[in-house]
Amino acid sequence: MRYLEAGKRHTVRFTLNGRAVEGDAEPRLLLSDFLRQTLGAFGTHVGCEHGSCGACTIQMDGKAVRSCLLYAVQVEGKALTTVENLATPDGLNELQAAMQKHHGLQCGFCTPGILMSLTQLREEEPNADEARIRDVLSGHICRCTGYDGIVKAALDVFGDVFGKN
Amino acid sequence: MKPPAFEYLAPVSLEAAVAALSNEDAKVLAGGQSLVPMMNFRLLAPSLLVDISRIPDLAYITEDGDGLRIGAMTRHHAVEMSDVVRQRFPVLHAAMAHVAHLAIRNRGTIGGSLCHGDPAAEWPGLVLLLNAQLKTTKRTIPAGDFYHGALATDLADDEILIEIQFPGLAPGTGWGFEEMARRSGDFALAAVAATICLSDDRATEVRIVVIGAHATPLRLTAAEGLLTDHVSIGAAADAAMQEISPDSDLHASADYRRHLVGVLTKRALAAAWKRAA
Ligand SMILES: Cc1cc2nc3c(=O)[nH]c(=O)nc-3n(C[C@H](O)[C@H](O)[C@H](O)COP(=O)(O)OP(=O)(O)OC[C@H]3O[C@@H](n4cnc5c(N)ncnc54)[C@H](O)[C@@H]3O)c2cc1C
Ligand code: FES
Ligand code: FES
Repeated sequence: MRYLEAGKRHTVRFTLNGRAVEGDAEPRLLLSDFLRQTLGAFGTHVGCEHGSCGACTIQMDGKAVRSCLLYAVQVEGKALTTVENLATPDGLNELQAAMQKHHGLQCGFCTPGILMSLTQLREEEPNADEARIRDVLSGHICRCTGYDGIVKAALDVFGDVFGKN
Repeated sequence: MKPPAFEYLAPVSLEAAVAALSNEDAKVLAGGQSLVPMMNFRLLAPSLLVDISRIPDLAYITEDGDGLRIGAMTRHHAVEMSDVVRQRFPVLHAAMAHVAHLAIRNRGTIGGSLCHGDPAAEWPGLVLLLNAQLKTTKRTIPAGDFYHGALATDLADDEILIEIQFPGLAPGTGWGFEEMARRSGDFALAAVAATICLSDDRATEVRIVVIGAHATPLRLTAAEGLLTDHVSIGAAADAAMQEISPDSDLHASADYRRHLVGVLTKRALAAAWKRAA
């Protein structure tokens, strides 16, 4: 049974984007801070730190999760992926390229989180329609785009033919 | 927005978890989707977190006669995606779309939602609507006896919820679930869930539960009685508005919540009636 003392640092090991990583964390350290400050993985952004804005969304064992609502010590042995994992050796993946094409981002603060949620949706519901896509996007706050470009980008790579332009 | 210091324990058996909870100020950590935000806001400062996510066999959806048994660590998203839930309890499937957002539904658990006991959360109302039994490490509690008030349950400090048991619905039961929230995925300003059984086009059994407009989820027994006495849906909705004691807050006034409960009761009953066979 793993017991970790308060106020002391403990080694945490997991895989990040297919690579084994480790670092030291106090129990109270949020995973979002561990990723950025301990591991230097800055792709994951931090906005509200209470689960509302979606900027910190990553994937754990294939499912989108808020990294600000996990303690780093909880992910021992898990497989995490972040936005840094999406591009292929040839460049942007389909969803990323569609976001660029449809101006799905301006400042880019919300983008990593949105990409991680849409990636799960595409795997589970490749034919999700506009309503479903908007429903998933409601878990992400974007103050720049008004969402339309993001919806268009998603419709471009999801099955829906009606939304295409 | 950073949580205070705490000790962390990840037991792999329920016995060890229960033993750890006898420490003063210890708290169960399930999905963390309510507990961690509250700790980040420093509304809570437990000295020990007992992470129950490494205990095997607490997440499952199992058929039990006509009903279902669902493990306390089952995630909202697993319920949302389950075929057997969709077939047997379509109202549960429909309600899941209102629980927060995809990333939060991936982590948040049914047990956590029930034990947290937010009166505006969907699960506490759903277990009451469906007459579920809540099995803990000590006993089995009927849903109707689980809440004492907002965020206050009947659980002892060292008691862990392990399973929720849903008895099968009578064949042909119709259902409705209507919610109003400020934004998609927000907690309900108010929601009404209903089930209706019909015989010769008359309601024989009706259950109506209101969420978010009372300190606990509440069965609207007066409104139910008006339907089984063959009075109109409109009269039941009027009765519903009198049965609740909503609060005013930042998001809505008590008057507005009362008004919403009337409208949502009408809609939920109409939908349930239409779906009943
Ligand atoms: C932005 C946001 C929006 C949300 N919107 C909604 C919404 O619209 N509707 C809704 O219903 N919920 C909403 N939630 C809450 C979410 O559904 C949580 O998943 C749920 O309330 C708590 O489940 P959890 O597993 O995360 O529990 P935790 O946060 O881990 O625990 C919650 C409480 O329950 C106790 N506990 C947990 N499991 C057990 C157990 N098995 N036995 C005994 N005690 C236990 C813990 O000690 C703690 O006190 C939202 C959350 C966020 C962050
Ligand atoms: S920083 Fe995690 S949801 Fe806003
Ligand atoms: S692109 Fe700036 S917040 Fe979304």
